[in-house]
Amino acid sequence: MPTTPIEFGLNSFGDVPTDGSRTLSDAETVRLVVEEAKKAEAVGLDVFSLGEHYREGYVDSATPVLLAGIATATERIRLGTAVTVLSTNDPVRLYNEFSTLDALSNGRAQLVLGRASQTQSFPLFGYNLEDYETLFEEKLDLFMKLQREMPVTWEGTVRAPLVEQTLHPTMRPGGIPTWIGVGGSPNSVIRAARYGLPLMLAIIGGEPHRFAGHVDLYHRALDQFGLPRQPVGQHALGLIADTDEEAAETWWHSWQPLITMMGRERGFYPPTRERYELELATGALFVGSPETVAQKIVRMTKELQISRFDLKYDIGGLPVDARARTIELFGTKVAPRVRELLAAEGDEPQHDEHASHDLYRIGSTHA
Amino acid sequence: MPEAQPTPALPTIGILGAGKVGTVLSRLLLAAGYRVLIAGSGSPTKIALIIDVLAPGAVPLSADEVARDADIVILALPLGKYRSIPAEQLAGKLVIDAMNYWWEIDGHRADLSDPRTSTSELIQSFLPDSRVVKAFNHMGYHDLDEGPRPEGTPGRKAIGIAGDYDADLTAAAALVNAAGFDPVRVGTLRDSILLEPGSELFGANLPAEGVQDAATRFPETARGREVAAARADADEDEDEDAA
Repeated sequence: MPTTPIEFGLNSFGDVPTDGSRTLSDAETVRLVVEEAKKAEAVGLDVFSLGEHYREGYVDSATPVLLAGIATATERIRLGTAVTVLSTNDPVRLYNEFSTLDALSNGRAQLVLGRASQTQSFPLFGYNLEDYETLFEEKLDLFMKLQREMPVTWEGTVRAPLVEQTLHPTMRPGGIPTWIGVGGSPNSVIRAARYGLPLMLAIIGGEPHRFAGHVDLYHRALDQFGLPRQPVGQHALGLIADTDEEAAETWWHSWQPLITMMGRERGFYPPTRERYELELATGALFVGSPETVAQKIVRMTKELQISRFDLKYDIGGLPVDARARTIELFGTKVAPRVRELLAAEGDEPQHDEHASHDLYRIGSTHA
Repeated sequence: MPEAQPTPALPTIGILGAGKVGTVLSRLLLAAGYRVLIAGSGSPTKIALIIDVLAPGAVPLSADEVARDADIVILALPLGKYRSIPAEQLAGKLVIDAMNYWWEIDGHRADLSDPRTSTSELIQSFLPDSRVVKAFNHMGYHDLDEGPRPEGTPGRKAIGIAGDYDADLTAAAALVNAAGFDPVRVGTLRDSILLEPGSELFGANLPAEGVQDAATRFPETARGREVAAARADADEDEDEDAA
């Protein structure tokens, strides 16, 4: 039976868009995201995922609530995160939210756990950034135990201990598909392998093939831990329009001010147009016509052996029409074109026969 | 004509930090023929696989061993953890500071974001018996990874270096050149603040001329004026204290 060689996902951080000269309100944006998820399903995409941010211009702070709304408005598309900031979440609460989402959506819930590049949740919920490693390590340990071996007895330093604790609604056996999101830290790659969890590479700048070593490291680490191969995915930013020129102009208009603002916060200067053009040509931005973006994704399946590609289609201030067009072209043109190109080359990732089934079993076998 | 001298053996390079920057620098220097010793934050076995895959040929050791056995040591750990650097073993050595204050990793730290002091000066005072040179810090690690070119290649990217002693700057420049970049001297350790976050050169991926120009115009930039004002105030306070 032919299976899907590559999965396509959309990622949203609930970025507030514009409509003509008007900026949408937060509430309008929340409702728009639900409509966009419905559209993603309508055009045949596999996963819709929301981030978790706590700052002006983003409305994805209550991720599971928003996903629950989408769950009742859709039937088939899987619902995930990109990423859940595990360090500042309570693993018990997270389990409850996502077991409920999984029940509500009839088994469509999944997660990417990570650090995220934004850190507002640390002071907001009373955590210290310096404790990041301990928080993530302990909470991942607990969250995976909850998914894999309920009832759970657990003791650590980051929350109250649990004794023979069972949570409800209980998740399906083994838990929901849980990926680890990494941004380049080799240690994070090893951690994903140690738990036998699939790897989501967040590549938002520079040439993506730089991550080939990380994929190799991930596979070697899985081998060393005696664990089976798991899928590798890529999270990228981009916009798809009818022509390369239109895509490049529309994206630049929103991306340039966004990166300028981030630069002010973190201490780097804004990118030049020249640098931007380079990111489009050989870098991490998937901005262009359907053919351009499809060709670039095909390159990723080779260079990084990915079997999942997630496109973050919203950045602040982007016109609602451009977002809608991206979703439509991603589903109706790019995804089929990538599959066509891969099929023509007979070069599909080898582990796909069972990849999509594996997603539901991940975590069940190596507690 | 004098007889050709035998090429002196290359110094052994130690790298403290086996993360994004540490592994990239290891690769670049291994490719240039250096012996590279590297340490992460824990035991060497923890990074053995990482090094084997991402920087094959580098020797994973403990931080103490790297500091003790290397001739030149590059600091590529999170700046906020600088107090874990084995200061004693670094005595008498050239130490290259590639670290930056990055509050999203280090947390918000007044001691690391004081415009009166460059973070390399802070490191120098933590390592009183070493000689610190700032280098390899301002270029993003992906640009470091993608950018190396042989000497003389048109458009070769440059890395600004700053330090107080000519011989040390020469040694650091040789490393930068061997790694695949044009070294550009931008001043003293005190001046190295112009390579830090908040300055135009931070994140810059430019050829030598561009780095030189940005360094030259630093005093006229908003950040340059902020630094100058903070330092002038500090000097005044000192004068008052003295009086």
